Amino acid sequence: MGRYVVRRLLQMIPVFIGATLLIFLMVNVMGDPVAGLCGERACDPATAAQLEKEFGLDKPLWQQYLTYMGKVFTGDFGTAFNGQPVTELMATAFPVTVRLTVVAIFFEIVIGVTLGVVTGLRRGRPVDSGVLLATLVVISVPTFVTGLLLQLLLGIRWQWISPSVRYGTLDELIVPGLVLASVSLAYVTRLTRTSIAENKRSDYVRTAIAKGLPRRRVTTRHLLRNSLIPVVTFIGTDIGALMGGAIVTERIFNIHGVGYQLYQGILRQNTQTVVGFVTVLVLVFLVANLLVDLLYAVLDPRIRYA
Amino acid sequence: MPEQPHQPEGAIAGTGMGGAMDLGASEAVTLERAPGGPPGTGPAGRPRSLWSDAWRDLRRNPVFLLSALVILFLVFISLWPSAIASGSPLTCDLAKSQDGPGPGAPFGYDGQGCNVYTRTVYGARASVTVGLCATLGVALLGSVLGGLAGYFGGTWDSLLSRLTDIFFAIPVVLGGLVLLSVVTSNTVWPVVGFMVLLGWPQISRIARGAVITAKQNDYVQAARALGASDSRILLRHIAPNAVAPVIVVATIALGTYIALEATLSYLGVGLKPPSVSWGIDISAASPYIRNAPHALLWPAGALALTVLAFIMLGDAVRDALDPKLR
Repeated sequence: MGRYVVRRLLQMIPVFIGATLLIFLMVNVMGDPVAGLCGERACDPATAAQLEKEFGLDKPLWQQYLTYMGKVFTGDFGTAFNGQPVTELMATAFPVTVRLTVVAIFFEIVIGVTLGVVTGLRRGRPVDSGVLLATLVVISVPTFVTGLLLQLLLGIRWQWISPSVRYGTLDELIVPGLVLASVSLAYVTRLTRTSIAENKRSDYVRTAIAKGLPRRRVTTRHLLRNSLIPVVTFIGTDIGALMGGAIVTERIFNIHGVGYQLYQGILRQNTQTVVGFVTVLVLVFLVANLLVDLLYAVLDPRIRYA
Repeated sequence: MPEQPHQPEGAIAGTGMGGAMDLGASEAVTLERAPGGPPGTGPAGRPRSLWSDAWRDLRRNPVFLLSALVILFLVFISLWPSAIASGSPLTCDLAKSQDGPGPGAPFGYDGQGCNVYTRTVYGARASVTVGLCATLGVALLGSVLGGLAGYFGGTWDSLLSRLTDIFFAIPVVLGGLVLLSVVTSNTVWPVVGFMVLLGWPQISRIARGAVITAKQNDYVQAARALGASDSRILLRHIAPNAVAPVIVVATIALGTYIALEATLSYLGVGLKPPSVSWGIDISAASPYIRNAPHALLWPAGALALTVLAFIMLGDAVRDALDPKLR
């Protein structure tokens, strides 16, 4: 187990370097980092040169990347466009987005898995077809449309919720979390359904029923546990996608989280903010994937990590 | 054994899946027949392939027929939008801002006084173009890279696997914002290029797996024993038998690319005005959602219907091509 974790951690290093380098190159090659600092007007050449020297932008790109990464590992993410350290922005932004993601994953697990089990056990019945059709519709409607519609109906027409989030507390994040989860929720439902329907016919389920175990126990302990593996994989990879995709949801509901800061950083061409936030998101994605692989062994005792 | 993928003789008629594949299919049959006894025959007395089976299934599937109909209609209006909508999507009359339905404008007018019906019809072109081009690019690039990696293995393969890992670690919408925020071009090509750049790893993984599976089949060994070259084995024997999963994933991905284009346009980095796109219209209508929800609902509905049609088509194709579900 320990050796497996170490090997996986070592494997994460090239992916981490590659992904951050890619984002670093994208931000630097595509935009002019100094232009964003002078506002709407073009920088005058002397100021631009001074700024470039100050931020080390006159050095070759690989050297900039190394300096930046070196600083990141000592906890210095640089400064944002308004002079605030990026770490300060992160300290305010990440808790909100993490809460939002937790709400979304909660919905995915509770609603998605429940619906998947119900439909998987009743394959071909009206409940199954109905839920299947509903998931198709949810998958087809892009998140920003779902968000705008729910905002219009719940926030403006019926006034059940406030159309924009003020403090980012859990109760305010219920509807945005549902919006963020919506597409993945539908995928989790379909995945669980297929998995349950496949495993329902397996030998160990037949054995469990034959030896007289109550239905509920067969479903929860034998069937569900074995069917959850693909679902856990999906949710694990989804954590990164949710935090990155929160950009749309946060924009609709005016949540000042990671997505908001990233959007501002990109609009103002602030390299430090964008690369810093993306670096953390990539780390979250990699760690989540590692945790998923470790969870396999818990769910399926046949899987052992030497 | 009518379902064996490597005995496709009656495959050609009406599959519409591309010529190269059909050529490869008949080649595989000749090789198969040489050592063995009589080939397996279907009820019609001719061997039936995965493709002809799939096509028979699809023709009877109402979901497939319905979504194909919707898609044909979408392709039609993206080619000739003027056939069902009069006027130009760019002629707007501020005096009519946020008006309800009127003569010639069954969907009403948006905040700028543009005809929502005309703009919704003209918006189909951007979505269909981006969806089709991005899928084509992703499928070609992904299957070539993944296929070669799966076939040859070795360093190139592990390098490519690490590379796909890297691309998977970058959230798509985020990558789009970063890459496209500085593009000033007004065409669909930067968006298509971005989708190909970030989308190919998905297909490449599928193609790699499919090629590795196909590589181990006896007929590939037989072909190699007969002295066939790598390119011949790849194109004539492996490709026809590894292409099904790629087609399935690509069809479903098409719908998601359309949704992604709209999302990027909504965020202001996809297509930009004066291009006409549902994402742009939804974004422009969202501040007026309180007074003029119709300007948002029609393009949003059209977008959802389009994505739904492509995803349903992908679902139907998967059901038809995946023998496990039979």
